[in-house]
Amino acid sequence: MSTELINPVERILRSDRMPHIWCPGCGIGTTVNSFSRALIDSNVDLKNLAIVSGIGCTGRVAGYVKLDSFHTTHGRAIPFATGLKLANPKLNVVVYAGDGDLSAIGGNHLIHAARRNMDLKVVCVNNLVYAMTGGQTAPTTPGDVITSTHPYGTFDPSFNLPHLVEAAGAVYVARWTTFHVRQLAKSMAEAFSKKGFCFIEVLSPCPTLYQRRNKMGDGLDTMKFYKEKSKIRNGSPTAEADLTKSGEIIVGKFVDRDRPDYLSLMKNQMVHTLGDRYKDEYAAQSGGEGAESCEEMGCEEEMPCQ
Amino acid sequence: MHADPAGVLTGTHFIDGDHAACEGALAAGARFAAGYPITPSTEVVERFAARIPTVGGTFIQMEDELAASITIQGAVWAGAKAFTVTSGPGFSLMMEHIGYAAMTETPCVFIDVQRGGPSTGLPTLPAQADMMQARWGSHGDYGIIALCPNSPQECFDLTIKAFNLSEQFRVPVMVMMDEVVGHMTEKVVIPPADQLDVTPRRFTKKAPGEYLPYKSNGDGVPDMVKAGDGYNFHMTGLTHDERGYPNMTVSVQDKLVKRLRSKIDNAPDLVCYEADGLEGADVVVVSYGITSRVAQRAIDLGRAQGLKVGKLRLIIAWPFPEKLFAELASKVKGFVVAELNLGQMVNEVQRAANGAAKVRHVGHAGGSVHDPQVILKAIQEVAR
Amino acid sequence: MAKGTVSILVERCKACGFCVEFCPTKVLALSSAFNSKGYHPPQMVNPEKCSGCDLCGMYCPDFAIFGTRLPAEKEVKDAR
Repeated sequence: MSTELINPVERILRSDRMPHIWCPGCGIGTTVNSFSRALIDSNVDLKNLAIVSGIGCTGRVAGYVKLDSFHTTHGRAIPFATGLKLANPKLNVVVYAGDGDLSAIGGNHLIHAARRNMDLKVVCVNNLVYAMTGGQTAPTTPGDVITSTHPYGTFDPSFNLPHLVEAAGAVYVARWTTFHVRQLAKSMAEAFSKKGFCFIEVLSPCPTLYQRRNKMGDGLDTMKFYKEKSKIRNGSPTAEADLTKSGEIIVGKFVDRDRPDYLSLMKNQMVHTLGDRYKDEYAAQSGGEGAESCEEMGCEEEMPCQ
Repeated sequence: MHADPAGVLTGTHFIDGDHAACEGALAAGARFAAGYPITPSTEVVERFAARIPTVGGTFIQMEDELAASITIQGAVWAGAKAFTVTSGPGFSLMMEHIGYAAMTETPCVFIDVQRGGPSTGLPTLPAQADMMQARWGSHGDYGIIALCPNSPQECFDLTIKAFNLSEQFRVPVMVMMDEVVGHMTEKVVIPPADQLDVTPRRFTKKAPGEYLPYKSNGDGVPDMVKAGDGYNFHMTGLTHDERGYPNMTVSVQDKLVKRLRSKIDNAPDLVCYEADGLEGADVVVVSYGITSRVAQRAIDLGRAQGLKVGKLRLIIAWPFPEKLFAELASKVKGFVVAELNLGQMVNEVQRAANGAAKVRHVGHAGGSVHDPQVILKAIQEVAR
Repeated sequence: MAKGTVSILVERCKACGFCVEFCPTKVLALSSAFNSKGYHPPQMVNPEKCSGCDLCGMYCPDFAIFGTRLPAEKEVKDAR
């Protein structure tokens, strides 16, 4: 066992905080692994990359990566990230949060950021449950499973997150599982360089709570389950990507389209109305980009942006 | 440091408190605001939305106050001075993030244009019933600073002061206006930029690797940093140590939370009030905000009747100037505390007086300013 | 002759078994040793089959293992 060689992702990690708190077989670490590799391989400017996380097991991600990192309040990573981005557009802002954080308490912010096409890259680790607090039902929990707040089995319909965010306006929507480490890293790298609201859902095991309560084995069993049940369908209609207890898992890159992002729209409007009087404070920070018109951006989207 | 002239609308204006507060924020260097519409505060951000594109900066109307109150904090950590504005119901929604700002030591300003409550209450009518909420609205032990303007001019001046204090102490600062002060139109003089003192953010001079995000720099306040400068810092609302890392132990909690309290409670320059006639007074009338304008009438009437009436107008209401009141209590017969609520700051006066003087509350549930005769009657009764 | 080798940070491992399962050439198995938390970290049981593909490293949730390609004896290959 060599100790002179360094883990290729070590420079992204806060090594002084390892080992981390996530359970054996939890997939969050694997997603962070893919994330780190995506950062390195895509040659992103790490100095200008900020990561904002919410609360929960996935919320702990911010504390383990060696970037400007913000562990915010439950459900509010997206508005915090919005403030960061708007006050310094040069920053590449990643939001890393769980399914409950993003789609329950944070649901309103999720849909509005997508609507605005805020230039944020959102990684939603979906373990189908509120893990940190002991395994309660989340809006993504499929039907007929046991959770601590549905001791007799869940019955309320669950969100199809890719469908939700696509409808709200996201320009990049993908879903993978922690089994799809390469594809996940690739999607993350694509999102880093894509302007606009990008959303990547990653299904991940919660062996201690979700899997255990439902007798679905441990993390490794779940990884094998993902391998067996996943069907890669790039470009598939998001409406068909519902998740069930043990059915097919449609994964892939579902949406990759172009719409002007919030800052472009804002600049456009201001220049249109104010002309020279508009003080684009961020022209220097964003590399001197002027307002891009829809035509300049090559956007042929029929969907109204304004 | 002088104000940036880009944000200073030098001149003599005839504007209301809401508008003046916006100009104060701009003069102080605020280049980011997030808000949500709520009467009677909305004009503050409406004006900011109109002004900021030609000053240089951003306004965003967020989807709710929960978002607005933390969007401004993201902007702060990107390096901007930022604020939000609201009234009662929105203030309640913002409480978690006021606590978050206190815990993470994020300098930012929250303007609350108080209206009748509780709940939806009286959207277009005044009250001063959010005073205790300003101090204790979020959970846990933390400290904040709160200022009370009593005129549009003070809405301008004290908003600048609020920004300055928030940078000096790395704490959220509340500007506790009320519907009357917010909607009354008066003369507001905005001086040239070089006559305005603005406190810049105290960024660290240490290099990445040396810098500890939550190690206090002498005065109990750590130096700050911003995203994009290569510090790779971590910031969390969990109890954290000097590295900014979560460290959830009794000893770290003790050290951190006590420092958050003492940097405010023990600060010498956080006592700010306007007073006259305290020397030899029998009765001191205590008030703040719009009530102080009405109280002045009552005080003048009382003095005209030969009563020895002192005036004490709180400008910084939190931290409460306990020592001042404790000293006064031993010299006067009593205090008349006039406020537009059923008893909030009066409890602090009571506590500080500690039985050494009478304390009499004059107030009502809100909706209109006081009748000076009612305050005068209380003065007369306490003076006996 | 192995084309690669694996490095294991024993104290980080939580014995989830991902690396063992997903190694394409079945190089790894959980050992009977314990780390200080009581987990059985993996070990190379078929080291000669390691290609240094680093799939173990990509899957590991604990950053406890990674693969490295070894330079070829006759030609030096680029580091991955």
